[in-house]
Amino acid sequence: MIAVVFVISHIIPADPVALVAGETATQEQIEALRAKLGFDKPLHVQLFNYYANLLRGDLGVSLYTARPITQDLATRLPATIELTLAAMLLSIVVGIPLGVLSAVHRNSVFDHSLRIVTVSGLAIASFWLGIMLQLLFSMKLGWTPLNGRIDGFPPRGGTGLFLVDTLVAGNFKGFWNALEHLALPTITLAFPALATVVRFTRAGVLDVIQSAFVQYERAMGLPSGVIVWKYILRNALISTVTQIGLLFGILLAGTVVIETVFDWPGIGNYAFGSILQSDYNAIMGFTVWAGVMFILVNLLVDILHSLIDPRETRS
Amino acid sequence: MSTALFLLRKLMQDRSAFLGFLLILGLVLCAIFAPYLAPFPDDVWDLHPTNRLMPPGGEHYLGTDRMGSDIYSRLLFGARITIVIGVVAVGVSLLIGVPIGLLAGYYHNWFSDLLMRVSDIFLAVPQIVLAIAIAQTLGPSLNNVILALSLTYWPWFTRLVYAETRSLLNEIFIESAIALGASPFRVIVFHILPNVASPIIVRTSIGMGFTILTAATLGFLGLGAQPPAPEWGRMISESREFLPDAWWYALAPGMAIFVVVMGFNLLGDGLRDILDPKIRRSSHAKP
Repeated sequence: MIAVVFVISHIIPADPVALVAGETATQEQIEALRAKLGFDKPLHVQLFNYYANLLRGDLGVSLYTARPITQDLATRLPATIELTLAAMLLSIVVGIPLGVLSAVHRNSVFDHSLRIVTVSGLAIASFWLGIMLQLLFSMKLGWTPLNGRIDGFPPRGGTGLFLVDTLVAGNFKGFWNALEHLALPTITLAFPALATVVRFTRAGVLDVIQSAFVQYERAMGLPSGVIVWKYILRNALISTVTQIGLLFGILLAGTVVIETVFDWPGIGNYAFGSILQSDYNAIMGFTVWAGVMFILVNLLVDILHSLIDPRETRS
Repeated sequence: MSTALFLLRKLMQDRSAFLGFLLILGLVLCAIFAPYLAPFPDDVWDLHPTNRLMPPGGEHYLGTDRMGSDIYSRLLFGARITIVIGVVAVGVSLLIGVPIGLLAGYYHNWFSDLLMRVSDIFLAVPQIVLAIAIAQTLGPSLNNVILALSLTYWPWFTRLVYAETRSLLNEIFIESAIALGASPFRVIVFHILPNVASPIIVRTSIGMGFTILTAATLGFLGLGAQPPAPEWGRMISESREFLPDAWWYALAPGMAIFVVVMGFNLLGDGLRDILDPKIRRSSHAKP
């Protein structure tokens, strides 16, 4: 994966060295800079060097900020993690109950109106949704801030997640302020993911609801609440959990655009900026990060699977 | 022809799929007859600084933009750009993705493994990131956006066709065709391809919606058609500096994108129900 993105980003005709050196640089200065950055070597040597550095945890230096990529990513990472986790939490906590309810009350008015929401969730342009929410809640009603993460200085604290840092410090005013900033980007990011969660939970519950063991439990006279929320949900969640892994891909792609709309100082915003400046090392850094997150989330999904479905561990 | 009629009749019976069909038909008609439908057909290029940012109503149904051009007229002409992007990008993806999927599925060797690994890599990186990178390096223009979308969407077709082909190879009718001495070309084109056509059609419809959405995002980020082209995503990004006063400026293009993508998604869902009764509507994955 790294090799392919590396080759794609290097064979394209843009010349970042000339851009960095500036318009007034002479040809010799450009060549000297090129040699210093290692861009004069053949492509396979560059790729080998990149791998060697990667193994030491070194992602290279940004051509623009002149700081190590790892440092650039580390300062922006908490913002993206906070946003992505909040969106994932929102789509799961709201999506699963809605999916169950719409399956249980199948073909009711509730089910039909929810379907309109889920169908539009996959059809709406997220940047437009973000702008519309800004227009309504920030500009017209003035309920939420327009963009950014917090007013004033960022809170001190180890995690960089403003919600956690302010809460640990007992700074409830700061916590509320950070939450207000987080609300609109989270809703925007979560909307398509929410639609997916609702659809899969509904389909999963409908599959299970007709199975023999549910009929048996009904015949045993178990309260229907217990049947639905304990036994059916547990069996229906298996396919939803698989989807959560894929969901992460949607959220990751969403951060690039949504962080740009809301001026959210995260990795997605950084990736878009680096692409505009043909900052190879930064683009590669984002790709490595995306790949690592993808693997981690899939590992987590596998673990969750075996927790929900003990049959998996036995086989 | 009879298959097409059969499809159409089935579509009429499914209310939401038919709605999708009507929405897309509407888009196509708007694009074809834009010069006749638009009240100000010259406003794609003309400027009327005295009419800047007029609210909807009167002779400007959807208001005017920062150049004083009629937004409704520009939206109608933007439908042409949207259709071109969708049709060309998905068409090229089909031309790349389907043959690779067929070949990789039919021949099981190191080369087909390599092809599938490459398509896996494309699927692992978020499409929008790859598309932004390609569109940016080639330079912002409509053609480059189409190229970027084609280069990043084909793996979806490859994966789909590959999986279908592999499972078809176990079918008796394919085995007997091979046993009768049919050439690989004959088996692939006359026996496998017709049987993978249904999922390809469904994916094409959903892919159109997805591609139009991604193209609008690229346009919004400034990588698409350059002004004064009435590209919907770009119109939204232009409108941002005039918010909150000129709310209609941002609202109209976004609604247009929403309605069109919705149309393709509904049609894709409906086609899936008709062509592939094994899979139920609710258990469908993304793009």
